[in-house]
Amino acid sequence: MNAKQRNLIYRILPYLILTVIGICFLLPLLWVLVASVDSNALQSLKMPTRFTGANYGAVITNGENQRAFLIGLVMSLGQAVIVVILGLLAAYPLSRYQMKYKKPFMLTILFMTSLPITAVMVPVYQLFLSLKLYNNIFGVILFYVASSMPYGIWMLKNFMDSVPNDMEEAAWVDGASVFTGIRKVVAPLMIPGICTVAIFTFSGSWGNFFVPYILLQSPENFPASLKLYQFFGQYGMADYGKLAAFSVLYALPSVVLYILSQQFMSKGFGLQGGTKG
Amino acid sequence: MSSLTVSSVYKKRKSYTWLYFLLPSIAIMLVFFIYPILLTFFYSFTNLALTGEAAKELKFVGFDNYVRMFHDPTVRVSIWNTLIFLIGSAVIGQQVLGFIIALLMKHKNRLFRRIIGTIVLAGWVTPEIVCALCLYSFFGDEGTLNAILSFVGISDVTWLYTVPMLTIILANIWHGTAFSMLVFQAALDDVPTEIEEAAVVDGASRLQILFRITIPYIKDTILTNMMLVTLQTLGVFGLIYAMTGGGPGTSTTTLPIFMYNQAFVNYQLGYGTAISLLLLLLGIVLSLFYIRSMKEQ
Repeated sequence: MNAKQRNLIYRILPYLILTVIGICFLLPLLWVLVASVDSNALQSLKMPTRFTGANYGAVITNGENQRAFLIGLVMSLGQAVIVVILGLLAAYPLSRYQMKYKKPFMLTILFMTSLPITAVMVPVYQLFLSLKLYNNIFGVILFYVASSMPYGIWMLKNFMDSVPNDMEEAAWVDGASVFTGIRKVVAPLMIPGICTVAIFTFSGSWGNFFVPYILLQSPENFPASLKLYQFFGQYGMADYGKLAAFSVLYALPSVVLYILSQQFMSKGFGLQGGTKG
Repeated sequence: MSSLTVSSVYKKRKSYTWLYFLLPSIAIMLVFFIYPILLTFFYSFTNLALTGEAAKELKFVGFDNYVRMFHDPTVRVSIWNTLIFLIGSAVIGQQVLGFIIALLMKHKNRLFRRIIGTIVLAGWVTPEIVCALCLYSFFGDEGTLNAILSFVGISDVTWLYTVPMLTIILANIWHGTAFSMLVFQAALDDVPTEIEEAAVVDGASRLQILFRITIPYIKDTILTNMMLVTLQTLGVFGLIYAMTGGGPGTSTTTLPIFMYNQAFVNYQLGYGTAISLLLLLLGIVLSLFYIRSMKEQ
């Protein structure tokens, strides 16, 4: 093998390896997409017997499914809105005031962002029983808010640091209160940051299975993730087409929001989230 | 004039106004996040249960739960399974694969990068229950993998029964690799090309450059990423639960699954909490390392 051949191999090999990896990642995904429009979907990937929209039609028109999607939407939207509002409030003094314990507080917040939520779910369940919040959709929202609050505060504080003080001060001179300053001056300048936090908290709870699985009991309270699991267990073997259609519809918001979030994350993907500590 | 007004506002700020801003979020985190963490420590020393005698009155049982854990063979199996799952899917699987993808993608055709990147990201963006379903059907008895293998004459391997651990490891790799890929892409872009070029001039081979220059240069990123990925994988429940339910037998019972079974299937909340404390402590140690590494950066 001469140098020329070796060079050629070095140039082609990465494409070959990446293509193989790509195919491995694609196949499971392709199945769910194709099966959802197949009139006679099976467990394995195959050409559809007949292309049909009937699977989607059946899933969308089912009242229970609509309810599950609506509940999921209420939970995730509720959580995202509350986290952004409370997070902005908390971020304000952390970003603008001189505070004695700011640094340890921020480190605690960072510490909390990385703790595994799974580990606290048994006590949370017990807590919810005693607070009469068990099987309560609003209770689940409260827990979602608490568990994503550290992330929200951390991100919003860092985004707020990059908004200059001058404009806000100018607003005060014109007679604006601190709250008006946040609402009319600081928040509008942080729209990309607010959207990033809202999207990530929304997607996080939209895709979450364990939290509602532990904290909710009656099927009429189930969000889409639990409904899909139920569907999976009950009819999974019988009706792959509808199962796949439900999955695609359920995954859609996460995918769309991710694409949207890319427009806000212009700084690229660093571990610090483009921030200074 | 204006500076006077501003400084008076700053003066006002010195009072405890910050408390009003922080209070709502601190309160909600205290009640629903920090309090449950403290409860984890507390309940793990009690006989808390949902049914039977113990349900009537809560008693302190000292280290009983821990003694029981120590003698419970399933605990040992779950710890072992958790370690295999962590190392196989997170430390090695997602990290190495993510790194390889990021490395190979460097300086490649833009359209090609985009296509491969999008496919890998799709697995990350997809909710875990959908991932479980996609991979369950991929590895199923009549699934895509067996359909492909039948072309080369290998017939009907029952993947989910014969190698269940491998299937959930691959499923978690499928779901999580994109995160490491993104992290390493960003890190590799920061490696100055001059250093690598200088090494080429000095006659270093590709492997030498990779192991002597590139990897040492992004060492901190690798460590931080490893802790984050491990923390994410430590809490994985839905993916395993929906694919194998922890079985067959206890072959894929990781600590979260075992905790769930003890607390909500056998109704032994106290014992379940003792198990979750193991998870929590592991999480706390890793998180402390994580913030230490962030502080240094």
